[in-house]
Amino acid sequence: MCTMIAHQAKIEGRGKSGQDWFEVREANVSYDHPYDLPLEHALNIDFVNEAAGPGARVAVELSVEAARKLVQTIEAVLAQADARGVLEDKHQAAGR
Amino acid sequence: MYQTNQYEGMIAETVSMQGHKGDTINAYVARPLGTGPFPGMVVIHHAPGWDEWYRECTRRFAHHGYVAISPNLYFRDGHGAPEDVGAKVRAGGGIPDEQVLGDLDGANKLLRSLPYVSGKVGVFGTCSGGRHGFLAACRLKNFDALVECWGGRVVQSKEELTPKQPVAPIDYTKDLPCPIIGLFGNDDKSPSPEQVNQHEAELKKHGKNYEFHRYDGAGHGFFYYDRPAYRQEQAVDGWKKLLAFCEKNLK
Repeated sequence: MCTMIAHQAKIEGRGKSGQDWFEVREANVSYDHPYDLPLEHALNIDFVNEAAGPGARVAVELSVEAARKLVQTIEAVLAQADARGVLEDKHQAAGR
Repeated sequence: MYQTNQYEGMIAETVSMQGHKGDTINAYVARPLGTGPFPGMVVIHHAPGWDEWYRECTRRFAHHGYVAISPNLYFRDGHGAPEDVGAKVRAGGGIPDEQVLGDLDGANKLLRSLPYVSGKVGVFGTCSGGRHGFLAACRLKNFDALVECWGGRVVQSKEELTPKQPVAPIDYTKDLPCPIIGLFGNDDKSPSPEQVNQHEAELKKHGKNYEFHRYDGAGHGFFYYDRPAYRQEQAVDGWKKLLAFCEKNLK
């Protein structure tokens, strides 16, 4: 891509594409050309499962402002959950 | 110029070809019907992928009398919707320059082996394909004309270099053996007008045969009619100029 600014995070989760859920193993975050958002560059997040092929992908394309707001919102939600003592790590979650 | 009483026919299809290190990849080929000889054109797809616009672009060159081939530079990254494959490549920081050069060399050689192709072959690319086109013309030295449309990152700082893209294409300018036409939007950020200035200064310094056209009111990708970046007036003029350039240098 034209900026080549891309990072990958190994994650654990599930994503929904169409009617089906699939296991998400990677989050690819880039600042580069979006496909649908009418901007030259955007903050793109692809939740993917590389082992399942290119089609295992849930994509979002955000403006810079929207991306910053999303980061702040995630942090705020996690902080609130932590303050209430309800944050689970995956070991706790498995034991539910 | 096409006349309304003239016969016209075209064949367009997906083929296999030998790319970098002899790998088999696929490519889209479009050509006018007839014995030729027709000049060739290697059509390099942009960063978003080997998509419908590039198929249409390949057919457009065939409509104008070229045997055009667009290799799928993302073949090794899997198959699916062009957007999904393109997103995968985007996440990986693009594809290696050496691999691209091998694939483009394969496409050029395939064209030159065809009995209906004349001895001249050009190369066209937009966005990352413009960068790849410049790199290929300088490094492979077997193209007869280069059409570079808003090649992003022809000019690269040291910080932008990666193992996949280890050398800034502008550093190869002295090796460019063929004429080049460059089309750019003055509102583009990649390449910025300043980077286009650097690109042009380097061509001038080395006495290269070049023509650059810069458009006000246009940014990146102003040929893409399926994107908001499309600029009708500038795109029509750009196509007119690049086809005249190809006519002069390849026919």
